[in-house]
Parts: sequence; C-alpha cells; structure tokens
Amino acid sequence: MKRRVISVIVLNEHGVLSRVVGLFSGRGYNIESLTVAPLDDKEFSRINIVTLGDEKVFEQIIKQLHKLIPTYKVIDSSDFIEKETALVKIALSENFAGLDAILKAYNGSITYSDGEFIIVIASDDAKNIDNFLKTMKKYNPISVVRSGSILMEVK
Amino acid sequence: MKELNGSQMICEALKKENVKVVFGYPGGAALNIYDEIYKQTHFKHILVRHEQAALHSADAYARMSGEVGVAVVTSGPGFTNAVTGLATAYSDSIPLVLISAQVANSLIGTDAFQEIDAIGISRPCVKHNYLVKNIEELPKILKEAFYIATTGRKGPVHIDIPKDVTAAIGVWHYPKEISMKTYKPTYKGNIKQIKKLVSLIKNAQKPLFYLGGGCISSNASKELRELIHFCQIPAVETLMALGTLRNDDKFNLKMAGMHGSYCANIALSECDLLIAVGARFDDRITGKTSEFAKGAKIVHIDIDPSSISKIIEAHFPIVGDIKNVILDILEELKKEDFDNTKYQEWFKTLQRYQQLYPLIYEDSDEVLKPQWVIEECARLAPDARIITDVGQHQMWVAQFYPFNYARQLATSGGQGTMGYSLPAALGAKLAVGEEVVVNFVGDGSFLMNIQELMTASAYDIKVINIILNNSFLGMVRQWQSMFYKERFSNTDLTNQPDFITIAKGFHCKGYNVFNKEEFQKAFKAALESKKTCVLNVAIDRYEDVLPMVPAGGAIYNMILPSYKNKDKK
Repeated sequence: MKRRVISVIVLNEHGVLSRVVGLFSGRGYNIESLTVAPLDDKEFSRINIVTLGDEKVFEQIIKQLHKLIPTYKVIDSSDFIEKETALVKIALSENFAGLDAILKAYNGSITYSDGEFIIVIASDDAKNIDNFLKTMKKYNPISVVRSGSILMEVK
Repeated sequence: MKELNGSQMICEALKKENVKVVFGYPGGAALNIYDEIYKQTHFKHILVRHEQAALHSADAYARMSGEVGVAVVTSGPGFTNAVTGLATAYSDSIPLVLISAQVANSLIGTDAFQEIDAIGISRPCVKHNYLVKNIEELPKILKEAFYIATTGRKGPVHIDIPKDVTAAIGVWHYPKEISMKTYKPTYKGNIKQIKKLVSLIKNAQKPLFYLGGGCISSNASKELRELIHFCQIPAVETLMALGTLRNDDKFNLKMAGMHGSYCANIALSECDLLIAVGARFDDRITGKTSEFAKGAKIVHIDIDPSSISKIIEAHFPIVGDIKNVILDILEELKKEDFDNTKYQEWFKTLQRYQQLYPLIYEDSDEVLKPQWVIEECARLAPDARIITDVGQHQMWVAQFYPFNYARQLATSGGQGTMGYSLPAALGAKLAVGEEVVVNFVGDGSFLMNIQELMTASAYDIKVINIILNNSFLGMVRQWQSMFYKERFSNTDLTNQPDFITIAKGFHCKGYNVFNKEEFQKAFKAALESKKTCVLNVAIDRYEDVLPMVPAGGAIYNMILPSYKNKDKK
C-alpha cells in the first residue's frame, strides 16, 4: 500500500467533516491522519488527509470527494511541503544528555517546563517525526502527542 | 418582504416547485407542518400507512413522471422507517426530496422523545442532506434541495427541520435560481473525446452499446434509438434501462447480466468496442470483472465522474448528460463518411445466438407458469405501466414483458428492496392518471408493505396487483436449490395468509387464480373494476429463473434453460 496526501477545500459548514470521514469509512478506505481548519476567509475549510491504498483507490477517493456537494476543490499535488508536529513530555529526573542536538536536528525546542517535567515540540515531515519519536524514547517519555499532516502546494 | 413561518415556507416552496402530490405520515414534531398542509390547496397529500411506503410511492411517482417525488415524515421512528426508501432511491439515482421533522433545536442532543441523528443516518444513502438550524436559511435550503435532487446525477435529498424552525417566522425570499460554488455538474461532453469515440466506432469490427438507467433519467431514449439505427450497432440493456429501446427493435439484444439473455451476455463478452451509456457496471451485469468484455475497448459515458473506472477501467471516459452527448455523437457521425454496413456480420452472428438460445420457458396446462402470466398480461393490457417487487418475478418480468417505452417500468434495481412495489404502484398510478398500472409481486414481498392496500382504497387509487405466488421466497429458494444442496432454510412460505380475505378487509377486490382461464377472467375483471385488485396467482413452485450466471462467475458461463423437454420436479 502506498501513502498519499490529499487536501480537500470544503464549505465551512456543520457536518461537512463527517461527510468526508463517512465517505472513507463507508467505502473502506484508510485514513492515516487528518487535520482540518478554516481558511482565511472562513467560507471554506481545508481538510488534509493522509491515506493508504493503491492508485485505483486514490483515483476513487478523489472522484468521490469531488462528488460531495460541499466540496470546492480537491488538491492532489505531488509537489508540496508537509509538516507534522509532535509534543513529548519528559520527566525532569531523566538524563538530558544529547537532547539539544536532537532538538536542533528536528526543528525542535522546549516549549514548556516546570518543576516536574518538560514538554518538547518538533515540527517536520512525517518520516522525520517518526525518527524523532524513536530517538526520544531513550528519555522515557511520559506521554507523546502527534498531529496529522498539514501541507501546502509548492506551486 | 413577506414574512412566513417555517411550515408555510415548506408549503410555499412545494408550490413554487410545482409539486402536485406529497406522500407522508404525521407525528408530534411534524404537527406544525401538517397544520399548514391542512390549510393549503396546491398539492394533494396522500396519507400512507407506513413511512417506508411514502418514500417508495414518491420514488415511483418520480420514475414514472420524470418529476421530483416528495415525502414528509416525522422525527425519530418516522424518519428511520423512511431510510429504506431513501437507500432505494439513492441506489437508482431517483430525484426525491424528503422532509423530516426533528425535535426542537433546544432538545437536539438530549436524547429527547422521538429524537434521532437523522442527518447522520441518512448521510450514506442520500445525494445530500441538511439540518436546518434557523429559519433564515430555510428558503435557500428548500430551493437547493430541489435543485440538487434534479440536476447532475439525480438522487434523493433529505431536509431535517427542527420543530421550532417549523414555527419560527422569517423573511420569505425563495431564490429564483441556484448557483453553488461547490456544485457544478458537467452537462456537455468533451468534444475531443466525442470525436475520438466516432473514430473508434468507425474502426471497430464488433461494437456494442450497453445501456443503463442513465438513459432513462436523461430522457435520452429517442436520441439513442436514432443513434443505434444510424450506426446499425446492437445494444444490450440493464434492468434499469428496459424500455429505452422497443422490445421488438432488431438491435435490442435484451437484458444482460446474471439473468440476461445468452445473446446479450455473449455480445458483451465478444465485442471489441463497448460503449457504456449511463450504466455503472453493477456486479449483477459484469459477473467476474476480469472476464468482462475482455477484448474490448471500453467507452464510458456518464454524468457522474465517480462512476467511471470504478469497477471496469474505461479507456475513453466521456463525462456529460447522456442526451447531450448522444446528440453530439450523432452530429459528428453525420459529418463523416460512415459505412454502417460493416458490422453486419457481427450482427448476424448475434442474431444466430438469439435464434439458437432464446429466452424460453416450458409452458404447461396443468400448472400456471409465471412467464405465461406475464406474457398474457402484456397481451391483455399492452403498454401498461409495470411495477415489480424484487425476486424471481422481477427477473421473469424483465425477461418476458415486452417493454416498449422509457419509464414504462419501475423496479428497485440497485438495492433490490422487497416491499417496494405496492406503494410504488400507488405512486406510479398518481403520476400516470388513466393509464393501467400493473404490479407484479411475489407472495413474500407483498406481505412487506401490504398495509398500503388501505392507502389504495382510501384514495381510490386503482392498481392491479398480480401475486406470482409460489409459496416460497423464490429467488433465495432457487439459490438454495442450486448452491446449497436444496436445504431450503427459512424460505418455505407454505403457511401464507388468505390474500383474498385480506384484500377484501382493505376494501379491495381479490381473485384466486389457478389456471389460464381463471387468470384471463380475473385480469379482465380487474381491468374493468374501479377498485384496486389483488390477483393471487398460484404458479409452479419450483420454476427457476434461467439463464443464470452463478454469482462471481464469468457472464459467458450461463446455466441455460433446457432447450428440450425435461422432467420437472
């Protein structure tokens, strides 16, 4: 199965997300990750979907997304910037040797700290976030939160 | 600016949309709407006896008239009862607007009495749906619903209206036209693709048209007949397309698929150019997809791009309204130096198949054969509108009734909804006025919405119901017989009720029929009667629908009827 990222511009109205998600569940397509937020003008929202399948499935997903009445545009570009964000909570009692170098490598930083733990944040493409989370394991994270992909076409 | 309450807006919108008949069933949340229905005079409201029937009646009204069908139900169970009707219309792309009442906005989400997430439930079985949150948006939503239901690939649209919105007062501004940024169906086919199709037709040796339900919903029957005769190319029809070509049209190879004619299925398997028109390659047509039209270039003309290459890869897609595309193809063809005699050999081969393996049955004077009943009905009431339920009788009607015009048949194709036909027959009759409406139904399916006999007699809606009664769930019995070693698990309906007493209880007429003479007499009496009639026709219990392609098999591998006399069970 291949990975594909698709963005859908939809009318910003109630129920539209469940129409999109329902289309995937009803037809047995995968959703690997999902992000959604209104666009600047608030009239439309952008839904970014990471999905798994083969070319035939992707073609159907795109056609079925087009078929939804509130769909304005389906963006299926191969030339895009993709970012995911991960938050990792680590106890202060851990040994932080090497943490600075890791954060630097993954556009990361410490975003919160108190007397008990720190929270680090990193934003990068999905594969790098995979690697970042693998690396962070050595600090015995208390919890990990990962976002879906956001993306923007380069052209 | 005129101010109206929500219920007045609903009635006013129905008036503006020229709706003549509304099918429905009232209830608590729908009281305001029904109070307004009581006051208005523009449309007739038919009180059905079950919400599912309201949808099937509206559905067949739409199929027969080409207009939009409308139904009104109340919240909760009123709505959930209607869902099967939505799914049936959605599968067959039937334009329909369902208005359901909902509990008041302030109660939504509180598990209130008769509250259900109607929008969540209907989403997968409608073209689009709306929950009306406030009165300001109601006029636009009503207009959009009719627009969406009747444009592009047609389909049911559901509007869920909370009770407070039906009472709230707002400005009545009904849009004259709808322009939606996100919904713009393609009506005109790409001219380059159409030219390409013309050159494909010219270069083909064994071309074939494969006509689907889209030909009917696009009202393209006349244009298709002209194109097919101009090109001299044979055609097969799906169940949903029956009537597009005349039954006696020599280019009509009849229905294809699981119970299609031998000739139609072989034509699909051997053609070198397959022109699919408004057909969606249903598994009941294609059989094993890897064996379907293996050596053919596939052209797929459809208004819905998501239908194209969904099941069978189309080499040449044309997105557009069937009628427009066919007219363009004709125009392009007429510009060319086109030799329509070149497919004669192909056509002769197919005609030989037709002669060798026709649709036949072995008639009997001892027991009534369903096929004879169907043919006799066509002889006694030629050109009647035909409704069927689902099962063996549906396939026998498809095989043996001579359909001659578009919209002559209403049947549940995509969903195969049992219980469809009686309410559908009533909707059909209201659409066609004086014309004869005959409902072919199985004994199993007739019981599923039998209460609608009361609707028929309450409104003097006269239809002729022919129960092809084999005291079995016949089609399931046939499969059990062929593939489950005759283990007739829960399909024997020997303990059926007395349909005639039931018919009389609903103030209808009823006749038991056991032989040919009785059928002719009863049918003639039914034609002359002013009342809805039920003909309970005892047919051969073990008659099978043949040909048959076993599920998942290649369509050229058919179980054929015996072309010699054979001992029957």
